[in-house]
Amino acid sequence: MRTSGARGTQLANLGLVLGVLAGISMAIGLYLGLVYAPMDAVQGNAQRIFYIHVPMAWVAFLAFFVVFVAGIMYLWKRELIWDQVARSSAEIGLVFTTLVLVTGSFWGRPIWGTWWTWDARLTTTLLLWFIFLGYFMIRAYAGDRGRAATFSAVIGIIGFFDVPIIYLSVNWWRTLHPQAVITLSGAAMPGQMVWALMVCLLGFTLLYAYLMVQKLAIEQAKDKLIDYQFALSEREAEGVTAA
Amino acid sequence: MRDAMGRVSVVVWKDLLTEVRTKELFGGMMIFAVLTIITFNFAFDLTGTGRAASGAGAMWVAFNFAGFLGLGRSIALERDRGSLDGLLLCPVDRGTIFLGKFIGNLLFITLVELISVPIFGALFNLDVIQATLLLVLVLGTVGFAAIGTLLAVMAASTRAREVLLPVLMFPILLPVIIASVRATTMILTHETGDLLPWLNLLGAYDVLFLAISYLVFDRVVEE
Amino acid sequence: MISLPQRPPTSAEEAVPVSRVPRVKIERLSKRYERRGVLRSIDLELFGSECAVLLGANGAGKTTLLRILATLSRPTSGSVTIAGHSSLRSAQAVRAQVGMVAHQTYLYDDLTASENLHFFARMYSVADERSRIDEVLFLVGLISRRDDRVRTFSRGMQQRLAIGRAILHRPALLLLDEPDSGLDREGARVLERILAYHAASGGTVLMTTHDLRLGLTVGNRVLLLENGKLVLDAPASELREEELDERLSRR
Repeated sequence: MRTSGARGTQLANLGLVLGVLAGISMAIGLYLGLVYAPMDAVQGNAQRIFYIHVPMAWVAFLAFFVVFVAGIMYLWKRELIWDQVARSSAEIGLVFTTLVLVTGSFWGRPIWGTWWTWDARLTTTLLLWFIFLGYFMIRAYAGDRGRAATFSAVIGIIGFFDVPIIYLSVNWWRTLHPQAVITLSGAAMPGQMVWALMVCLLGFTLLYAYLMVQKLAIEQAKDKLIDYQFALSEREAEGVTAA
Repeated sequence: MRDAMGRVSVVVWKDLLTEVRTKELFGGMMIFAVLTIITFNFAFDLTGTGRAASGAGAMWVAFNFAGFLGLGRSIALERDRGSLDGLLLCPVDRGTIFLGKFIGNLLFITLVELISVPIFGALFNLDVIQATLLLVLVLGTVGFAAIGTLLAVMAASTRAREVLLPVLMFPILLPVIIASVRATTMILTHETGDLLPWLNLLGAYDVLFLAISYLVFDRVVEE
Repeated sequence: MISLPQRPPTSAEEAVPVSRVPRVKIERLSKRYERRGVLRSIDLELFGSECAVLLGANGAGKTTLLRILATLSRPTSGSVTIAGHSSLRSAQAVRAQVGMVAHQTYLYDDLTASENLHFFARMYSVADERSRIDEVLFLVGLISRRDDRVRTFSRGMQQRLAIGRAILHRPALLLLDEPDSGLDREGARVLERILAYHAASGGTVLMTTHDLRLGLTVGNRVLLLENGKLVLDAPASELREEELDERLSRR
């Protein structure tokens, strides 16, 4: 997507750079993770999904943090750019949260023999998914964009404070209520695994930035369209009054 | 400050007086809560030895559902009669208005709970008359009412209204639900060794979300 | 072709204001809802002892303007200053100086008339509450029904009580959005009495109505809103009902 003017070209260039960097680092990271890193002693090759799953989770929570900050800024400044950032990040966050749940499920199946377990991490991610959903639902039903922006900012802020509390409460629920405790990552990881993970994390972060730039351009274009429609209706009103 | 408290009280007084005269909200919520608990008895085995745990869960689910009912209705009433605008016209801090509505909702829901709990205890033979249970009821309901008052106003000004409220609230309320149910179970089974962490969690949640709702309410009612 | 006077600010001379400092100052006020402009750069000054009547077709923006003045709605751009207070920066101070009568009565059906007024007296920090409530009930002719629930009132009586609610805190600015709709005969008399009293004590009134006769009778200044723009601002004495009717039905 192109937005017009110098700003638009800057954004497009930034997007291009980010895209290339993301592509390169993800390619390297995936190679490191899927080929180079040693096979896990306990879990076998199924463990390799870890190199995708963990970075995706990181992106999901990063996206949520951005929604939180942008939400506060919007409530404070009432400037549309903050809402554009928030809703772009929320959409990316929702997608990545979905992916985390799916990859987590696919990872869990061979390891635990079950598609799902109610441990703190998974449960919190599931709740995060629902908070993102609530974010978009209230936007959909809010009516005008000012209300949509304000209400969803509130959901984002409340949700962000809530997620750690959810994690804590589910954790206690499980530990104070004895159940089979399952850990996703074992003891100290060998150096090669750590490297692979780091590169993947970098790659996915760059991917997030790249997607943000693209999405932001789209959202800005949407708002621009509304502005043009407004200008058009103003033009018509002028014509009517002059008559 | 005294002035603000006076205004909060008069908002609460107004809601209480209205409710006493119409019994619109309270009656519906009360019946709904009791019926839900009774239904749960047939859905789960609430007569066996594990009944404290399942019973606590059933009880809190019933209270939450009744709470959604009450919240949705009270806000819809304000909207339909334009009384929210009437409140917003007054030279009163929006946070103060929020507190008034919050306390009103808190009182209604707590009253429903206080009457339901002995009924529940009698139906399922559980030792419910304990001071700590009252504490858990209040702590759990404060969190519910704080977030609920805020989100109900938001949901009421959208097209979807009451339907949206539980969808928004359940994920956010999860810690309160977990903590309340666990604490209640412990109290009912007299195994209160690990009770304190749950109470602390509820307390911290309440303070945090009451503060956020208070601060944000101003922007939420803005047009 | 009808030519109507175009916005000379002669209102000051006509209305014999208490002071030259405007009670209400509206500068380049615009209100936009996403794709649609509702108010377009309104400039207006209202003075004490003025009763301005706001006319316009439905959808012209009259209610929106009143709601912005009442601080129920935020302008998209421009400023509103009432009794020296900015509506954005000192909204509370503005609210204390504004009384609003709208289509919704803002009353609580299950409370009595005096309980309703007691509630609002507290919210507006009315000092001499007891005597003021009695005074207002008397003014709107509801003193005999003070302990009856509003639910038992007729629409006309509810509207009268709504007017009472609006003047309870002695506001400098009275905003009335089609107050004549729903008023009974007694209520119409009450309204005219109150408007006269308010203007005589230096208060400002901004009223919308579809009843041109009422407007030209109680108002001393006529404003016409068309598609969100103020296209006419003239003393009531210079206008005739037929001309206005023509102009309005042209839309």
